[in-house]
Amino acid sequence: MSGPLQFVYILCAFLFILGLKLLSSPASARRGNQLSSLGMLLAVVVTLIGNELLSFQWIVVGILAGGVVGALAARRVAMTSMPELVALFNGFGGLASLLVAWFEYRRNPDLITFTAATVFVSVLIGGVTFTGSLVAWGKLSERISGKPLLFPGQHLVNILALAALLAGGVMFALAPASNETVFYGILGLTALLGVLLVIPIGGADMPVVISLLNSYSGLAACATGFVIQNTVLIVTGSLVGASGVILTRIMCKAMNRSLANVLFSGFGSAASAGSGGTETREAKSVSAGDAFVMLEAARSVVFVPGYGLAVAQAQHAARELGDLLEQNGAEVRYGIHPVAGRMPGHMNVLLAEANVPYDQLAEMDAVNPTMDTVDVCVVIGANDVVNPAALTDEKSPIYGMPIIEAHRARTVIIMKRSLGVGFAGIGNDLFYKENARMLFGDAKASLQALVAEFKEG
Amino acid sequence: MSAETGVLLTFIFMLAVVAGIELISKVPSTLHTPLMSGSNAISGITIVGALLAAGSTGDDTLSIILGVLAVAMASINVVGGYLVTDRMLEMFKKKKERKEDT
Repeated sequence: MSGPLQFVYILCAFLFILGLKLLSSPASARRGNQLSSLGMLLAVVVTLIGNELLSFQWIVVGILAGGVVGALAARRVAMTSMPELVALFNGFGGLASLLVAWFEYRRNPDLITFTAATVFVSVLIGGVTFTGSLVAWGKLSERISGKPLLFPGQHLVNILALAALLAGGVMFALAPASNETVFYGILGLTALLGVLLVIPIGGADMPVVISLLNSYSGLAACATGFVIQNTVLIVTGSLVGASGVILTRIMCKAMNRSLANVLFSGFGSAASAGSGGTETREAKSVSAGDAFVMLEAARSVVFVPGYGLAVAQAQHAARELGDLLEQNGAEVRYGIHPVAGRMPGHMNVLLAEANVPYDQLAEMDAVNPTMDTVDVCVVIGANDVVNPAALTDEKSPIYGMPIIEAHRARTVIIMKRSLGVGFAGIGNDLFYKENARMLFGDAKASLQALVAEFKEG
Repeated sequence: MSAETGVLLTFIFMLAVVAGIELISKVPSTLHTPLMSGSNAISGITIVGALLAAGSTGDDTLSIILGVLAVAMASINVVGGYLVTDRMLEMFKKKKERKEDT
């Protein structure tokens, strides 16, 4: 490849890095994304003019088809469905890398071992990313059941599939030209492995899975960079790979579970029995009118939103109440647990869409130290992430999970339909605390009732 | 590819991983969703390889299919990824900015 072209690619990689750097603050993030897209445009343009390409008609067909589909998807997707879209995009990225590696093999089957090995890695990661992402997309969009799908001997099947793949990979790498059949076998097995790896994982663990698949899609691009010896693919792929790995770690830590536990345990498959049924304590319930009196007197309020808020489409009502509280002289913040929502950072996007200013969005570690001075903490559609059993009850399945310590606020108002259990299938001690008040009903209706009280009073 | 090139590429890979970890750790959790969709977009860099493939297909049918499909998939990632990230980031506003809007 020619020298000047390589220099332009370095400039592209620099723009991607700069783009990620500017993502460190919401104020500069949009500009970062624009710089990054400029880098991509540059990469595409120099690739088109800097190489002696034979035919442009197929390029035009591909770009038009993909561009239109991508633009429509980006414009139409609802913010609540963002996890599905990201899952699909991960899958397409993996498939693109696989196809490029396959093409290279098709063009010149007589590859040296190092290149053949990178073709194999590219196909392996790309294939697993593609079919795994399709399953994740199906589970997130509820096209297939979100329950973990388990069958006897599952781990054995996975191990056998992986072993067969690695054996095939060695055969292929040593003599790629005479092993075309092995190559097709590898293609089929990677597709199967992607499905096998994701079906045993429950819908609520999908945030971890899409973070991991995000990382894979980057690594697939990286492997393809080795195949076609292109540095910009290697650099960019590694950045994405690192990003996915970090997000995966953050999500696992926020659930206090190891990655292996998330991937292989089938968490959430058995409806945990034995909890809730023997509850003898009584939770104190309040009316919207009582809750209004508490909120009106409050100087400091923290909302703790969970996915239930998004399901009830109550973001706008929450923001309206937040605005009224501010006008009433209270300091308002939204305390957001890392696993609130269906993907990392999802809840922040949903609240930003409802026009909540980002200076009010606070991370768990920022709200917890100030919780003692909070007058009212309003829990909306969240359950396990505010369960104090995670701190105190060693027998609890969620023991050790970091929580938003809502129970330390002077008063806690919990908006919920019933005293039912959350995803972990356990009762919540918070509901029975001395300072806790249940405001039963649909979260949106409750919030709107409070807004109405404020407007009248 | 020569052994030297292989070593050089691996060295670049290592440095990029370190840079990636440093950069991504500084992204606040508020922006993790746009981070993911944005990294979708940049992992569409495979489009560079896809363009080279689709532009040199000759008349082998399978090669044409592979090339066009690769360009299409990577284009979905690039175009869709950047647009949806921009759409999200536009919604993140400070209190002051929001007041000016309304």
